[in-house]
Amino acid sequence: MGEITIHHYLYLSAILFFIGVYGVLFRRNLIVMFMSIELMLNAVNLSFITFARYSSSMDGHVIAFFVMALAAGEAGVGLAILVMVFRNRATVQADDLTLMRD
Amino acid sequence: MAVAFYILAFFSVLGGVLMVTRRNPLSGAFALVLSLVSLAGLFAGLAAEFVFILQVLVYAGAIMVLIIFTIMLLNLNPNEMYEAPVGRFHTVVLVALCAVGLAAFIQVFSQLPSAVTAIGPDFGSIEGVGEFMLTRYLYPFELVSALLLVAIVGVVLLAKKVI
Amino acid sequence: MTDYLIITGKAVFIWAIALSFIPLLIWFERKGAAFIQDRAGPNRAAVAGIRLAGLVHNIADVIKLLLKELLVPPHVNRLYFMVAPLLGFTFILLAFAVIPWADVLEVAGRRISMQVADLNAGVLFVLAVTSLNVYGIVLAGWSSNNKFALLGGLRSTAQMISYEIPLGLGIAGVFMAFQSVQLNEIVRGQGELLWGFLPKWGLIVQPLGFVVFLTAAFAETNRNPFDLPEGESEIVAGYHVEYSGIRFALFYMGEYAGIVLSSAMITTLFFGGWQVPWLPTDALVAHAPTVLRVLLAAGGLGALVFALLMVVFSRRVRGAFGDLREYEGHVLGIFNIVVAAALLIMFIWSYSITLPEWGARVVAAVAQVSTFLLKLVFFCWLFIWVRWSLPRFRYDQLMRLGWKSMIPLAFVNLFATGLVLLLIGRG
Repeated sequence: MGEITIHHYLYLSAILFFIGVYGVLFRRNLIVMFMSIELMLNAVNLSFITFARYSSSMDGHVIAFFVMALAAGEAGVGLAILVMVFRNRATVQADDLTLMRD
Repeated sequence: MAVAFYILAFFSVLGGVLMVTRRNPLSGAFALVLSLVSLAGLFAGLAAEFVFILQVLVYAGAIMVLIIFTIMLLNLNPNEMYEAPVGRFHTVVLVALCAVGLAAFIQVFSQLPSAVTAIGPDFGSIEGVGEFMLTRYLYPFELVSALLLVAIVGVVLLAKKVI
Repeated sequence: MTDYLIITGKAVFIWAIALSFIPLLIWFERKGAAFIQDRAGPNRAAVAGIRLAGLVHNIADVIKLLLKELLVPPHVNRLYFMVAPLLGFTFILLAFAVIPWADVLEVAGRRISMQVADLNAGVLFVLAVTSLNVYGIVLAGWSSNNKFALLGGLRSTAQMISYEIPLGLGIAGVFMAFQSVQLNEIVRGQGELLWGFLPKWGLIVQPLGFVVFLTAAFAETNRNPFDLPEGESEIVAGYHVEYSGIRFALFYMGEYAGIVLSSAMITTLFFGGWQVPWLPTDALVAHAPTVLRVLLAAGGLGALVFALLMVVFSRRVRGAFGDLREYEGHVLGIFNIVVAAALLIMFIWSYSITLPEWGARVVAAVAQVSTFLLKLVFFCWLFIWVRWSLPRFRYDQLMRLGWKSMIPLAFVNLFATGLVLLLIGRG
């Protein structure tokens, strides 16, 4: 097991971030893509908090707070758009939304 | 301490993996809640008490509930959730890109020095972070409040059928 | 080692009290409803003739619910269906960890805080944990794969998110008034006197905040007039319509545990928590012998009054049943007379001893815990009282009240509090 260093936290953060990237790239369901973005934001938050702890300054905490506020606003607007898309097109699959392409 | 870290890390990764692989978005949302709560535990372990509380309160308690509410409101039929598989060429390229990105991140991170520095008892507490937020980060803080107001107005405009 | 023992002891004590409030509340609910609707209420179940005015019905209920078949309908999502009842209950019990039951107890050079966990975040921890409580309801509503259950889950999510905002803002006013987020600090601040005679309770310094918080607390516990998630006349039973047996009981118990938690929070934040009015901890410790005698005398008198009531009761039921139930009054009466006598002997005995330092502190803590429990019982009763007195809201009324009345009121309250703090120079 050994002692937990800054690297453990940062590797975890990177892994979570790329799980989120995978979700955005490979899933076509808008809700899942949306949640993948939330996971990426959280992974970044984890590295902010880690850096804050290992450099003994609380800037990281404040920035994590800002990220959360941003995520809350994003969730509100994003889900409202999602509901509107569903009302108009009856689908939440990104592949079905081809109005601009056709 | 190390055991707690590994358990929480395991659950956060497990939640993330389940979230991106479940076909039903509601199962995915619950998996993401698991991941977020585990991350909150990790924040607590990093002496970030305020962020820990906010993570549970805002992320797990509000944002995810909102997402779940939307999924339930749309009442999607899981059988209609068919997603066209990504083509083989694209899969290879994208996975390779992800792997390269992850490797790059890990390479950069592994260069960082790791030494735990001493922290005061006020570190990460509500008073400490609050004071920091309202002095040094006062203007960003006010900007965030303006941003949230804009978001609220935008959501109301979007969701209202007749304005 | 001793530290672990103390923590375990505190946890067991606090959860035992919280859990034993659940049958008490169910009894309150039944008897209170009967009282308000002018009927008798439960009065049949008896163990060897002892009915305890219907309290024994709880034992019958528990046996019934434990023995019932745990039905899992074929159309449900099994895993989520089984996890949901546990979630609703767990998070509520977790939140009890930060409620202070008495002032910090100093015994044998140790400072024992009468909370399981004295977190810095205090109240926010309660908010955070109870905000997770909604997942139990959502999971139950969704996994049941039933339209009524889904509607109940939907209603509950919207209601919980909406009312969490006034709940948090109402608490924020208390933070500002007492300049702390730690529950024990807030309670200690409420021991001061305003203008020399009025206890500085949250109710008095934050009247508007109290109204907002009380309303939001009712909504958060899904109680009438906000019990839309399970409105039985509209959506059958809402989210727990598919549950049976002990799983249903867990939802039921979770609701009552939520009431106890809300009452504890109302008491702690707005009614002085463990503070005995006009008697701060120092005064209690200084006058410990008197406090002890008052406690013993009150207990003895209560038992005596109860015994007298039992005499009246057994006269009334004489010859009415023709079985053991006629002797319930005798049994309880004799029991209470014995208790009263024991307390009286202790009362007399208390004049012949001098309390040691730690004894005085323990007596003070007992007085504070008793005060807290009295206030708690009152607010639990308030929840029942309101339920059987008010009609249910309509859904749009609920949302309008939350967003258009409660949140602006909470902001007005915050602004006014800030202004007052600035004017008296403590901002």
